[in-house]
Amino acid sequence: MLHLPALRWGKPYESLDKQNVVHFATGEPIAEVSQIGGGIVQRDLRKAHKAREALLQLPISDLIERCKKAAVLFETAELPMGDGTQTVDQFVHQQSASTGLPEHMCVSNMGKNAFVLAHIDQIIDCLTRGLDLSILSRGYGEEGRGVTVSYQAQTPILGAVLPNNSPGVHTLWLPAVPLQIGLALKPGSQEPWTPYRMISAFIEAGIPREAFSLYPGGHDAGGAIMANTAKSMIFGSAQTLQQHAGNPRVQAHGPGFSKILIGDDVVDDWPQFLDLMVESVLSNSGRSCINCSGIWASRHTREIGQAIAERIGPVDVLPPADPESQLAAFTVPAMATGTWAMVQQDLKESGVTDLTAEYGEKLIEKEHCAYLRPMVVHAESPACEVASKEYMFPFVSVVECPQDQMVKKIGSTLIGTVLTRDEKLIEEASRSVEIDRLNIGPIATNRLNWLQPHEGNIIEFLFRNRAYQMADMPVAANS
Amino acid sequence: MSSVQTKADKAREVLNEQTLKMVHWHFSDKTGSPFWLEKKAELKFDPLTEVKSFEDLKKFPLFEDDWLRGGPVRRWVPQGLAGKPVYVFETGGTTGVPKSRAVVEDHWTDYELFSHTLPEKYFPKGANWLMLGPSGPRRLRLAVEHLAQYRGGICFCIDLDPRWVVKLIKKGWMEHLEAYKQHCVDQAVTVLTANHDVKCMFATPKLLESLGEALEEKGTSLPEMGITGIFSGGTEFTPQWTRYAVEELLGGPPEEGGVYMTPTYGNTLMGLACSKPVTAEDNYKISYYAPQPRAVTEVVDMDDHTQVVGYGETGRVKLYTLTDEFFVPGFLERDEGEREAPYDTYPWDGVSGVRPYHKLASGTTVGVY
Repeated sequence: MLHLPALRWGKPYESLDKQNVVHFATGEPIAEVSQIGGGIVQRDLRKAHKAREALLQLPISDLIERCKKAAVLFETAELPMGDGTQTVDQFVHQQSASTGLPEHMCVSNMGKNAFVLAHIDQIIDCLTRGLDLSILSRGYGEEGRGVTVSYQAQTPILGAVLPNNSPGVHTLWLPAVPLQIGLALKPGSQEPWTPYRMISAFIEAGIPREAFSLYPGGHDAGGAIMANTAKSMIFGSAQTLQQHAGNPRVQAHGPGFSKILIGDDVVDDWPQFLDLMVESVLSNSGRSCINCSGIWASRHTREIGQAIAERIGPVDVLPPADPESQLAAFTVPAMATGTWAMVQQDLKESGVTDLTAEYGEKLIEKEHCAYLRPMVVHAESPACEVASKEYMFPFVSVVECPQDQMVKKIGSTLIGTVLTRDEKLIEEASRSVEIDRLNIGPIATNRLNWLQPHEGNIIEFLFRNRAYQMADMPVAANS
Repeated sequence: MSSVQTKADKAREVLNEQTLKMVHWHFSDKTGSPFWLEKKAELKFDPLTEVKSFEDLKKFPLFEDDWLRGGPVRRWVPQGLAGKPVYVFETGGTTGVPKSRAVVEDHWTDYELFSHTLPEKYFPKGANWLMLGPSGPRRLRLAVEHLAQYRGGICFCIDLDPRWVVKLIKKGWMEHLEAYKQHCVDQAVTVLTANHDVKCMFATPKLLESLGEALEEKGTSLPEMGITGIFSGGTEFTPQWTRYAVEELLGGPPEEGGVYMTPTYGNTLMGLACSKPVTAEDNYKISYYAPQPRAVTEVVDMDDHTQVVGYGETGRVKLYTLTDEFFVPGFLERDEGEREAPYDTYPWDGVSGVRPYHKLASGTTVGVY
């Protein structure tokens, strides 16, 4: 069986503690992963500066070229993987088998990660607003207006406690490498594949292996990363977000509560946006923070909901290798049953209607996993609790709300797609601090433009823009 | 017959004798505790006539640790020990009423027996000790302090409240947890750097690793501070953790790094089980042996606690306590492990690979302690 060791600044470390990654449907082990305790992590992180020093040996332009090479390797090559190797097909099978994602979604997420690396020069150019990248390496420089600018790296490495089942989010930490910031990652127990393969691709592309640590393990390892890195990312629930709210050391990523708002001026023409709404709700099995969990309009909400329900209500469980498969499995069945219990509670509230009721059972329980089939519910007002819910399966609330109250009442929204030509509504949405990423016009919530910041600009997280003044030193009088 | 088998047979005889003695002590009107005398009336057999060997203890229903929650705690004190000063040691208590155990001298005896297993070279007589772990209502501080005194040393103590640690973890206040851990470690560093000639110590695994790291950040280490002997304990003391501690914190095995570390396993109910020496050659395997005949550990079938599993097989840990202060005729511990064969030093069954019982593990919060 494939063994994945920990990586301690590039050096493989086989632990005496190992945990199996198992197939979601059969429970069969796929690989064993060395488990690391917090003590080792804490110890290693004391040498984090060496990771950055190794990366600083190569100019950013060189690292960018190597990242592009890594993108190709990640997406096409047979790469070293623990004590074996891994082809692209193996990667897709393994990732699908442990996360429950259909294989075509694994391919799509792989493409997303590779795209970011392949276009990393453009992405960094946009994130830095065109900054001369040598300024980031040197710490200061001339921006071209006769002004000295300075960017001070806030950390030698980026720590990250990665999720179990969302391979697309790895795009968020990839830019750290060409920015000459090392990585200390705790991979998710069911999705070790992307970070291992990506780091393997980085190393094969000639990026110094000393820049990378991978610490598979329990909460202890994750806690040690969070406690001992100046800047870290964590992925989790709304509770996780709340725990780290306002902490400048931590960028917490949780549910997105992404939404589509339909203005009064176009809502009578809602059928022309049906494809966009279905894609926003259903893509990637509704698992992403960028999936739409709420559609808000002042009228036609029942018809809109029913039309979406007709499209996604019949979607059923298919084998993961089936290219038509739209649903991901809950690899921990209790998560599905727990979620289903919460949904049933939501449906009891007055003013809430299940528009997918006629499409059969929603909770599908198998021997080792469970599924939840897509749901559309109608909420007759924003006061219904379901209007602010998000679940890890295709689930959307269609909420009836007067246009003049929409932006005030939508709450935290990672991606907001506003369908309108109404300048007043556009202005209101643009000014709202509740909407993070704003799409004006028919753009599905899951369609990200990678040349825009996503969930916080990583440059602003890793670097500090500071004052830097220089004057010539006077020459000694007697020289 | 091998010498280990001969010793094992002899040990069994001693255990049977101890069993008879303790059953008569705890169930006789003159010497027994109010609790067991009352319990006797509920039993479907007469322990005084029907318990003839250790095996006969299986006639008793399982000991329920919930019996220890709430008072009056005097009901546990045997009449035969009336008039002696009594300690109350607590365990649990993160939620609800903690479990209390009345103790007269058992904690001293346990640690005196343990003392005899410590190698003199690394735990020199007369050396001072550092106790970095829970004190308060727990027995550990007094027991370690007695160990130090029994060996002719003085013990410096630093308190850690595990109930507060568990609350911090449950609330997700991880920065507070780190700060509290640092607060404890800072005090330990202060003691170690204050010329108290401390050579031996007890610490929980997590505090030990934090202390080692804190010292290294100051450019020194546990060996450089003069520490030569460490004992630690609990299910956190795993082979991988031991390997990390030995290889990276202590400068290698005792003959290279100069520090001998031994794990222990135990609790307020049973006392202290000692470990077979842990070596790299044996992949840092940790096997515990209870202090028979005062206490016994068995590894029993997950579904039938009256059946011991085969050697090397996995089962749940079952404890027995047979001292004149406390009688536990079989208690299912919250741990599982593998049954180990007797060996020369401890010619009775042991248990290795101790870890939280898999059916309870998800509900267990493991903190600093």
